[in-house]
Amino acid sequence: MIESTAQKGDVIWLYQAAQKIYPRSVSGRFARWRWSMVVLTQLVFYGLPWLAWNDRQAVLFDLGARKFYLFGVVLWPQDFIYLTGLLVMCALALFLFTAVAGRLWCGYACPQTVYTEIFLWIERRFEGDRHARMKLDQGPWNLQKLVRKGSKHLAWSGVALLTGFTFVGYFEPIRELPMEILTLSVSGWTLFWMLFYSVATWGNAGFMREQVCKYMCPYARFQSAMFDRDTLTVTYDQRRGEPRGSRPRTADPAQLNLGSCVDCNLCVQVCPTGIDIRQGLQYECIGCAACVDVCDDVMDRMNYPRGLIRYTSERAISGPLNGPVSGPLTGPAIETARRPSTSTPGNSEIWSHLLRPRTLIYTTILLSIFSLWVAALTVRNPLRVDVIRDRTALARFVEDDWVENVYRLQLMNSDEHPHRYRVSVAGIPGIRVASAAQILVDAASNRSVALRIQVPEATQPGHSMPIEIQITSDDPSRQPVLEKSVFLIPSD
Amino acid sequence: MSDFSSGLWHWYITIPTLLGIAGCSWLLWTMGKHRATDPDQSIAGTEAVKSTGHVWDEDLRELNNPLPRWWVGLFVISIVFSLGYLVVFPGLGSFRGNAGWTSTGAHQTEVTEAAQQLAPLYARFEGTEIPALQADPKAMGIAERLFLNNCAQCHGSDGRGSKGFPNLADADWLYGGTPEAVIASITQGRGGMMPPMAAAVGSTDDVANVVQYVLSLSGKTTDPAGAKLGAAKFAVCAGCHGADGHGNQAIGAPNLADRTWLYGGSVEAIRHTIEHGRHGVMPAHESKFSSSQIRLLSAYVLGMGQNQ
Repeated sequence: MIESTAQKGDVIWLYQAAQKIYPRSVSGRFARWRWSMVVLTQLVFYGLPWLAWNDRQAVLFDLGARKFYLFGVVLWPQDFIYLTGLLVMCALALFLFTAVAGRLWCGYACPQTVYTEIFLWIERRFEGDRHARMKLDQGPWNLQKLVRKGSKHLAWSGVALLTGFTFVGYFEPIRELPMEILTLSVSGWTLFWMLFYSVATWGNAGFMREQVCKYMCPYARFQSAMFDRDTLTVTYDQRRGEPRGSRPRTADPAQLNLGSCVDCNLCVQVCPTGIDIRQGLQYECIGCAACVDVCDDVMDRMNYPRGLIRYTSERAISGPLNGPVSGPLTGPAIETARRPSTSTPGNSEIWSHLLRPRTLIYTTILLSIFSLWVAALTVRNPLRVDVIRDRTALARFVEDDWVENVYRLQLMNSDEHPHRYRVSVAGIPGIRVASAAQILVDAASNRSVALRIQVPEATQPGHSMPIEIQITSDDPSRQPVLEKSVFLIPSD
Repeated sequence: MSDFSSGLWHWYITIPTLLGIAGCSWLLWTMGKHRATDPDQSIAGTEAVKSTGHVWDEDLRELNNPLPRWWVGLFVISIVFSLGYLVVFPGLGSFRGNAGWTSTGAHQTEVTEAAQQLAPLYARFEGTEIPALQADPKAMGIAERLFLNNCAQCHGSDGRGSKGFPNLADADWLYGGTPEAVIASITQGRGGMMPPMAAAVGSTDDVANVVQYVLSLSGKTTDPAGAKLGAAKFAVCAGCHGADGHGNQAIGAPNLADRTWLYGGSVEAIRHTIEHGRHGVMPAHESKFSSSQIRLLSAYVLGMGQNQ
C-alpha cells in the first residue's frame, strides 16, 4: 500500500489488480463452529439427492415435467406460492440473524465461505500454510512447484466435479447419472451444467474467494443496513488494545505505557478478506471471527484475558467502563486482568438489548409466516380444478327440452395415487351434469374432459347465470373443490 | 427485405448503437486513471491514501475505492462480445448479420425438431386399424388432446357442435361415417354449399309451403295442407336432397327426414335457409397434421359416435 497522500498532479489508478490473500490457518471456538457448518451443509448437499421416498428420489426438481418432489410433497407450477413463502422465510431469517449477530450467514453458512474453507484446507495440504504458500508463489517454476500446484488443482477439480455432479442430481435422477456418464450417454445439456457448476465452484472457491463478497455479492452490502447499536459484530476493543506494541511476555504493559494489543498482526494474517479488524467495522468483514480465535490464542499465551477482539455490540463496547479489563490496563488492574476472565465485558449490555423491537418484529413475522406456511402445506388439496366454458358455442338445445352448455374441466391430481372424482353442479333449479359424473385421474397427472351441463328449457333466460361446480374426491379426508362458472341461455 | 418503411430508421438504430459502444469504451479507458487535483492534508491515515483530492461543499471528499482489474476485464469482454454479436446476428438496423439468422428460421428449426421428436411417438400408430386405435387408451389420450386443441373451437369440447357446426358425437353423418369418409373430411376439408333457393322455389307462399313439407318429412309439420302444396315445389330441392329428402352423403346434402338440424329446425330457421342458402366450411388439415394424427383423430371422432 502506498503510504502517501495524493499530491497535486499525481496519477491515481482507479483500477487495481486484486491482491492475492493468503489466509493463515486458524483453530479455535469459532473455527470449530465453521467446520461444523461445513460438514453439516455438505452432508445435506451431497447426501440429500441420494435419499429415496416412495420408490423415487426424495428431493428432485424435475424441470422438464414441471414437478418438484420434496419428500411426501409434489409441487406443481401452481404451487409456486410455497416456494415464494420459503424464500420470504429465508430472507426474514437472514434479517433476524443479521440484526442479532451480524453477518452470521456470510461467516459460517454461505456456500462461498464453505467452499473457500474446503478449498483452503486442500490448498494447505499441498502447499502448506500462509508463509509456505507465499514463498511457493514467489519462487520460480520448478518441478516441485509444478507437482504441488498440479496436485492441488487435481484435488480441487475432484471436489468441483463432485459438486457439479451433485447439483445436477437435484434436477435429474442422480442414481442414473453415474451410469449415463460411464456409458457416455449423458445428454449434452446435462453435461454442460455439470461442467458449468464444476468450473464455477473451482473458480469461486479457488480464485475469486473474497472478491465475490467484496465486489459481487449484494447481500454482503445490504446486511450492514440491518445492523444497529446492539448488533453483535466482530470488534477490536480499541480502549483496551491501544496503544499497541510488542513487548516481552514478562513485561508489565502499564510500565511500557502499552495496551493489550501486542501488534503481532496475526488478526490480519488469518483474515480471509485481508482487512485489519483494528481499523473498526468494515464492509469487507464477513464476520467469520477468525481474528477472534487467533487473538484469543495470543492473549492466552501472553496470559492476558481473552476478548481483545470479540463479538460485541457498539453499545456494549462504547459504554461506561464497567469491568477492570475494558480500558488500558494500569497498575493493580493488570493483576485483575491476568486472572482468568469468567465473563466477557459488556455481556449484560448485550443480553439486555437482545430482545428489542427490531428482533422481536422479525421473529414475530418469521414465526407467523412459518406457521401459515406449514398449515397451508398440510391442508393443501392435491386436487386442482379449472373450469373453462367453451367460448365459441353459446348454448344448444338438445332433445327432451334441455338447454346445454359445454365446459372444459381440467383436473390435476398431484397426489401419488390415482383418484376417482365425482362432479356435481348447483346454482339453477333442475341443473344437472349430462356427461360422465365419475372421472378417474391417474397418479400425479392431469386430465381434461368435456363437461356437459343442462338446465330445463323452461328456465327463464337471464344474463350469464352463476353456477357452482363441485368436485368430490374418493379420498374422504379431502374437502370438495368448488369452482365457479356461468351458464348461458339464449333469450329467443 | 427490411421491415423499415424508410432508410432513415436503419441509421437511427445503427448510429446510436455503435456510438453507445464507442462511448462505453472511451469511458472505460479514460476513467482508468485520474490526476489528483488538490492535495488534501486535512485527513489522516488510510483515508488520506484513498483520497482523490476532490472536495465539495467544504468537507465532502471523494475517496478512491479502486475497481478490481478483473471487473474491468468483464467490461472489455462485454464490449468485444457486443461487437462480435452485431457482426454475426442482426442488430444494426437492417443489417442481417453474417450467420443469416432469422426469427422465422429459428421457429422453423424448432418446428422441425419437434416434429422429429414426435415422429417415433406417432410411428407406432402408422397403419394401425381404426378399431385397434380406439381400443388403445394411450392413443385415445393423444387423440383427445389433439381434438381439444384443434377441433373443439368449432365442434365443442365434447364434439357435439353447435349451430352451423356438425355434431360429431351422434350417428348422423353429412359425408358418411366410414373411416375413409372421416379421414377425407379432416384431410381435404369440406365445403357444404346450399345456394339461395327462393327464386327457384317461387313466391313467398311457395317457400312457406316447402318449409312445411320439409317439416312433414320428420313428422313436425304444423300445416298439413301447406305441406301437400309444398311437396310439388320440393322438386327443385330433390336434386341434392333426394326425392325422399334423405340427402346425399356424396355431396354432403343433409338428410331432411331426421331430427338433426344443422342450422335449426324451426319454421323461421328453415325458411331462412331456403331464402338465403347456407355455406359451411370445414378447413383442410393436410398441411397441419401428419397422416397418423389424422387417423388418431378419425378414430376418436368415430368413437364418440359409437358411444351413443
